[in-house]
Amino acid sequence: MADLLEQIAICIERGKVNKNSPYPPDLKGQDGADELVKQALDQGIAPDDVLGKGLTVGMGRVGQKFSENKVFVPDLLMAAKAMSAGMAHLKPAFESGQAHHKGTFVIGTVQGDLHDIGKNLVAMVVEGGGWKVVDLGVDVSAEKFLAAVKKNPGAAVGLSALLTTTMVNMEKTVRLLKEQAPGTRVIVGGAPLTAEFAKKVGADGYSPDPQGAIKFLAA
Amino acid sequence: MVSIFEMLDRKKVLVSDGAWGTFLVQKGLKPGECPELWNVEHPYSVADIARAYAEAGSDMVSTNSFGGTRLKLAHFGLEPRAGELNEAAARLTRETISPDKAVFASMGPTGKILMMGDVSEEDVYEAFREQALALERGGADALCVETMTALDEAAIAVRAAKQNTPLPVICTFTFDQIGEGQYRTMMGVSPADMAAEIVAAGADIIGTNCGQGPEQMVGIVEQLRAAAPDTPIMVQANAGLPVRHGDVDVFPETPERMASFVPALVKAGARIVGGCCGTTPDHIRAIAAAAKKLG
Repeated sequence: MADLLEQIAICIERGKVNKNSPYPPDLKGQDGADELVKQALDQGIAPDDVLGKGLTVGMGRVGQKFSENKVFVPDLLMAAKAMSAGMAHLKPAFESGQAHHKGTFVIGTVQGDLHDIGKNLVAMVVEGGGWKVVDLGVDVSAEKFLAAVKKNPGAAVGLSALLTTTMVNMEKTVRLLKEQAPGTRVIVGGAPLTAEFAKKVGADGYSPDPQGAIKFLAA
Repeated sequence: MVSIFEMLDRKKVLVSDGAWGTFLVQKGLKPGECPELWNVEHPYSVADIARAYAEAGSDMVSTNSFGGTRLKLAHFGLEPRAGELNEAAARLTRETISPDKAVFASMGPTGKILMMGDVSEEDVYEAFREQALALERGGADALCVETMTALDEAAIAVRAAKQNTPLPVICTFTFDQIGEGQYRTMMGVSPADMAAEIVAAGADIIGTNCGQGPEQMVGIVEQLRAAAPDTPIMVQANAGLPVRHGDVDVFPETPERMASFVPALVKAGARIVGGCCGTTPDHIRAIAAAAKKLG
């Protein structure tokens, strides 16, 4: 069982989606996340173990390498693709309550900003870390973030911005969340941001990379 | 029509221009507004930017068309107007600057990642082809595929520009420093890989723009030069990364400090020097003065 879970972790880390996938070349012809997750469930391994000891372990490794500049966006995207191939088999277990998310993470790009690549990467990695992700998309108003938190009590929130002209809208969103949904934890990120900026706008956390969001959520 | 190649023969260092996006915001562009729509709705403000750079000493001035592909304009429901907005962008700069200065027209990324299958290669090619043709109609002297991070998208843009217009094509990538002397785009592309692929795709001039500031550009230019010894190189650095002072964001690099890097950039192999985000006509004036000293 430990072997199979480790193989699943390797498939996520290397972005091996399924047997037919030509990527990565050195794993050509071998089973991918798709086949191995199905085998694990068929063998009776608990869905929570497939997730927690297989899939999220692989995602954690690739996320860590990404934060160390050892792999880049395409590697993360392939890992996310492999992740969703594996997660598809776990869907019934989540629905029946056999498998559990670690919690809910609401994410979106703040009002006035249409950039979604960074936001999507964080959403993929956090989802791969075992969290339920509610992705509100781009150009999201403070009110929309609040409505999503009300709908998902206890959810943590991630705000993204790429533009120096829109990162100021983070402050408004953080303030509204802290007033109307006290206790909500908020993390911010985006190319022009700094930890100092995050502090100034009242956010609880800042990360320059997706893996930092995972650490923030786990804390 | 102005030939960038003849200009390169005449002068050791050509000066390009500075930021457009941050300049437009200063002129009143609101978050969530489409910058390219300003080419028809606020043409005087857009022309002001071109004029300011020409007066500051730019030999070549860009256009307000960075997000002008139909794939980007679709965010605003403006994709049916891609031809009109890009043509207007090139015409505004052409009619504002003197005839001896060149219009190098901006073509930015589509915001789509090809390897994710969001869009097909054909759609990306068609979007850049349409933009390139419109910029040519408006009077562009060269096309500038810029702020690229992915080889596949950039190579398609360069080919779409080369195969459908007679204009020289510039292509610049955005690199981050990831270690001592090591640079990669967010997609993992090194300067050497970029130079090889993009020259093969047909680019006449290659280079680097945006990024963390002028300091790291010297190392990037050296690596581009080593990989493509015969291709002219263009550098347009940000004025550093923005720092927050109270309620405003300030780009830290002063005109004097930006200009102080010009000799090192030229020594590394740059032939065209300008600025990107946060640089102003004052930065260009200082860069032009530094370039002039080099002859």
